[in-house]
Order: sequence, then C-alpha cells, then structure tokens
Amino acid sequence: MKLSYKSSLISAVAAAAVVFPAASMAQGATGAGASFPAPLYSKWASEYNKATGVRINYQSVGSGAGLRQIEAKTVDFGASDAPLTDAVLAQKGLIQFPTVIGGVVPVVNIKGIAPGQLKLNGQLLGDIYLGKITRWTDPAIKALNPTLALPDEVIAPVRRADGSGTTFIFTNYLSKVNPEWKTKVGEGTAVNWPLGAGGKGNEGVAAFVRRLPNSIGYVEYSYVKQNKMTFAQVRNAAGTFVSPDDTAFKAAAVGADWTKSFFQILTEQPGKDAWPITGATFILMQKVQDKPAQATVALKFLEWAYKNGDKMAEELDYVPMPANVKAVIEKSWAEIKDASGKPIAFK
Amino acid sequence: MSSTLPASHAPIQGQAKVDKRSMSNSPPPNSGRQGPLPDRVFGWIAKGAALLTLSLLIAILASLVYGAWPAITKYGLGFLTSSTWDPVKDEYGGLVMIYGTIATSFIALLIAIPVSFGIALFLTELAPAWLKRPLGTAIELLAAVPSIVYGMWGLLVFGPILATYVQKPLQGAFGDVPVLGALFSGPPVGIGILSAGIILAIMIIPFIAAVMRDVFDVTPPLLKESAYALGSTTWEVVSKIVLPYTKAGVVGGIMLGLGRALGETMAVTFVIGNFNQLDSLSLFQAANSITSALANEFPEAGEGLHQAALIYLGLVLFFITFVVLALSKVMLSQLNKQEGTKT
Repeated sequence: MKLSYKSSLISAVAAAAVVFPAASMAQGATGAGASFPAPLYSKWASEYNKATGVRINYQSVGSGAGLRQIEAKTVDFGASDAPLTDAVLAQKGLIQFPTVIGGVVPVVNIKGIAPGQLKLNGQLLGDIYLGKITRWTDPAIKALNPTLALPDEVIAPVRRADGSGTTFIFTNYLSKVNPEWKTKVGEGTAVNWPLGAGGKGNEGVAAFVRRLPNSIGYVEYSYVKQNKMTFAQVRNAAGTFVSPDDTAFKAAAVGADWTKSFFQILTEQPGKDAWPITGATFILMQKVQDKPAQATVALKFLEWAYKNGDKMAEELDYVPMPANVKAVIEKSWAEIKDASGKPIAFK
Repeated sequence: MSSTLPASHAPIQGQAKVDKRSMSNSPPPNSGRQGPLPDRVFGWIAKGAALLTLSLLIAILASLVYGAWPAITKYGLGFLTSSTWDPVKDEYGGLVMIYGTIATSFIALLIAIPVSFGIALFLTELAPAWLKRPLGTAIELLAAVPSIVYGMWGLLVFGPILATYVQKPLQGAFGDVPVLGALFSGPPVGIGILSAGIILAIMIIPFIAAVMRDVFDVTPPLLKESAYALGSTTWEVVSKIVLPYTKAGVVGGIMLGLGRALGETMAVTFVIGNFNQLDSLSLFQAANSITSALANEFPEAGEGLHQAALIYLGLVLFFITFVVLALSKVMLSQLNKQEGTKT
C-alpha cells in the first residue's frame, strides 16, 4: 500500500516535470507602464482570464518605467502615453501601436458657471498657464464669453505634479497652439511649470480644482464624467467650440493617418467635431523576441482585446480604435519575429 | 538614527561606568571567544547581522552615487545652488527641493518640540493618575495613522481652515510690514510650506512626546522629591532636575522626529503644492520637497539626466540626514562635557 502510493507519487512528479515546463511557458504574460490605461488593461486581463484561463499581469508603474522595462526585456509588453518617434523605435528595436484614445479636458471652479458654459481656446489656456492672463475678467476671456458673468477674481491654475501622459498631451497641445508656450516651457510628461499648484494624479488635480475657488485645471475625461466637474468648451482647429465626449474624441482620431506610422499625436486635429486635446495610449514590444512563446501569449491577449474589448473600454470612458486602424495594427504585428526571423504566431 | 533612540540612555550610561570598573577589578574567567561552539556560532551570527547593516548602508550609498553620476559630473556642487528644474530642456538644480525639505522640517520642529514637551510634562508630572494611561495611549495611536491619511486630511480639511482663519487674517494684519509681509505674501490657499510644516508637526508630535514621556518617567523619584523638599516649584524641578537628567533621551526623541519629518513623502506631496520655482521666501508659497519630487517624478522620468538628477536629490537627502545625525551626536557629547564643570 505504502509502496504503491510512493511509486504513484513519483510517477506523478515525473509526469508533471514533463508537462509543466511547456505549460508554464505558455501560462501568462507580463506588461508594465502607463497608469492612464491601467484600469482598462486590468479589466481586459481579468475578462481574458475568465474566457481563456490565461493570466495577464499588468503593472501600472508609469510610462517612463514601462519604457525602461520593455527595453530591459523584463516584461513582455510595455505601455506609454507618449508615443516614440519612428527613428527612436528603430534605434531601440521596438514596435509600438495604439490601444485606445482618451481626452484631456480643462475644468474650472467658478461660482455660477455650469459645465460647458465657459469657452476657451488654446492661446488663452497657454496664456493662463504662463501667467499672462491672471483674472477671469481679462478682456481676452471676455471676448470669447461676452454674455457670461465672470467674477473679477485671480485665476488659480492647477496642474499635475507627477510626470504623466495627461501632462504630455496637454503641453503638446499648448505647444502647438501657443508659440510662447512652445519656446518658454515646451512639451513633456513633466515640464517646468511657470506657476500653479501641483496635484498628484488626476484625482489630486480634481480635488484641488473642486476645493479652490476660481481655479482651472486639466484632467482625463473619465474624471470629468464621474465627478460631474465643470468642463470648458475649447475651440478646435476648424474654429468650432466643442464639448468633450466620445464622439469628439473619435472625430479627432479619424483625421490621423495611421497607415504610415503609429506616431500620431491627436492634438489639434482637423475636423469640425474633433476635440483638440486628444491622445492615444500605446503598447510597446520588442521586434526580436527571445521568448517567442511569451510574445504569442501577449499578442493573443491583445488580439482578443481588440476584438472583444471595445465595450469594456467604453464603459470605462476610453474610446476604442476605429476598425480600419485595428486592421493596420494587426498587420504590423508581422514585424514581431523570433530569433530565427520567423513572425510570431498569434492566431 | 536609531542609535540615538534609547530612551534611558543617560541612566544606563552611568550604570555602565560602574559595571566597567567592577569588571576591570576582576575580569570574568571565560572570555566569549574560547566558549563552546553554540556561543561562537551566536557570536558570528550577531556579528554578521551588524556587518550586514553596515554593508547595506555602503551599498545604498554606492548605488546612489552610481545612479547620480551623470548629474554629479555635469553639475557638481552647483546642483545644490541652482533653482532651475526643467525636464523639457534637461536642466536640473536641487535648491528648491532642498530648501523645501529643510524649511518644512524646521517649521515642524519649531511647533512640535514645545507641544511635545508640554504633553510629556503633563503626562508625567501634572496629569491625575486616571488620565495618564488613556491620554498616553491616544497619543501613541496618533503615531499609527498612515501618512496618506494625514495628507488627505491636510488637503481637504485642514488647508481650507488654515487659508480662511489663519492665512487671510495674517495677510490682513502684517501685509504691509516689511519682513513679515514678505513671509506672509502669496496666494492664501492653504497649500505650501507652512501647511506642510504644520502637518509634519502633527505627524511627529506623537513620536517626540512618547519618547520624552518615557525618559521623564525614568527620572528617579528620589531626586525629584528632594528638590520638592527644598522648596522647588514644579517648573524648577522639571527644568533643573528632569531635563538635565534626561537630555540624551530628549535629544534622541527630537532627532527621531526630525528624521521622520525629513523623510516624509506622502503627506507632504498632498499639501506642499509641488511647485519647482523659488520666487519668494513666503511661507504661503507652494514649494517642493526632495521626497515629494522623487515620488512624483521618478516613475515617468526617462533614462538619462532627469533620472540621475532625481537620484542626486536622494543622495543629498541621505547626506542631510547624516549631517543631522552627526550634529546630534556632537551636541550630546558637548552636553556631557559640560556636565562636570557645572554642578
């Protein structure tokens, strides 16, 4: 009895030793990077796990850290809000593609002003954050809002304290539309702000704006929606004032030409419905894979997410990529190859 | 930092002296080295643990220097005096953060030391017996509140109160006075150096008060009763008997609080405003601290100079902590030297 139990145990262990290496290699994939899409990637991962049993682990560590990790090959895919240029990608041996689109929205806290009433343009936004326009009754603001009763109070600008993709999209927009901003401050995930209180994360900025009277800040669209914050309309490249919503973000994405390069920054896009402060978030992968099995798992997950994840994205206030762009993305995956130069299979 | 902690430092020292003398008269027959195997093994393990700490310290220092090297070679000591922090143009200087760290910690100590002293004094000398324990426990519980809670409370509750009831009246009263007016200028929004300092003070009071209470408690009743018998008031007993007797422990407690204030991250990030410009010395001005800058910018900092500059900041903080610790040691030894001359 005892002996047979022992021998059966040994054979079980031996069998496991044969089966497990292969199984554990195909068992899961790890990604790391931007915090902006983290809620969505986590949701996709948990639904994917329910559907297939495969575990995808996404660590929300920030775009910069995500880029460092994918370069060091410690993760199977990285994620970043700021796209890399094609030259940098080629130099680092990486491939990038967008997953979802989101909008950055200016929010204000002015007594008596309802959401969508205040109208701004990029020049004004830049001047406010440069400290050139300091009062809500400034003639330049009045000119856009002739009928609005704005208080004669000092504007309190609020911005992100931590480095973030949101700041990248916002400062990229300001650099495009305000020449003085471009030369004095520039664009980046963290910049040398001339003034303003810094809040940590979207929630920090939202808390500051709600607390400080006569303040202005910028947050991801989902924070505006969830907290019912007072957003401002912004004039886009076509000259119309638009309110932030899914259709306005989609309109901004349509204008971009994704077929040549995924290096597309969606700020100040043409199109009369386009929201001017829009940006995509990106996945980064190594072009040459040391561990093709892991890459297969990651790509299968992403393929599933593009196919089944749109509804989840919309529920979390992200805008999915248009169908034609998705097709271009999947075609681009042919560039991801194993050491022998064979494309990684994902279907 | 922990080496300054032992609350009953002074009394133990006196005892150790006595022990040493008796030991030198008749050394123990068996010195540890020739002991049986378990003793030797224990000795190795203990030594290993001590060496591990030391090597960890050296390793941290080495990796900080290594990581900060690009910034050190580029800026040298000029990093400490430059106030430009511009990730876009890749220019970095640490003055704003260093100033913020030191200023907030100084304000915190300025508030926390007298308050903690009062708490400890009340608990050991004045409070009725039934109040001592619940009050003491309540203060210790304050030390267990997570720092992010202090930060959120500071931002959402304390900040507006400070802005409306302290900052605005102060500006009204002193706005035109030359020096004070400059200190109190800036937007009265409840975010900045002053709020960060006050929040830090609230956070370190439990630590300092608990240590002070413990050391006050070990003052021999004989000494106190003798002083009372000679007609001393309570204040005289505390200032002339208790404080001199416990000074090592008191300084240790203050250093523990200062260490916490220098290294606190989360609570400071919420209320300091994270503003990398140094245009005025106003206490109401938003500023930044070393730890807050690290927490905010490290995750998104690209490789290269930005990251190196942040690590350089960490190295500076390491150095500040070291200087503070060394100063406290020097201060204690000075106090001990004077002991013989005074009486």
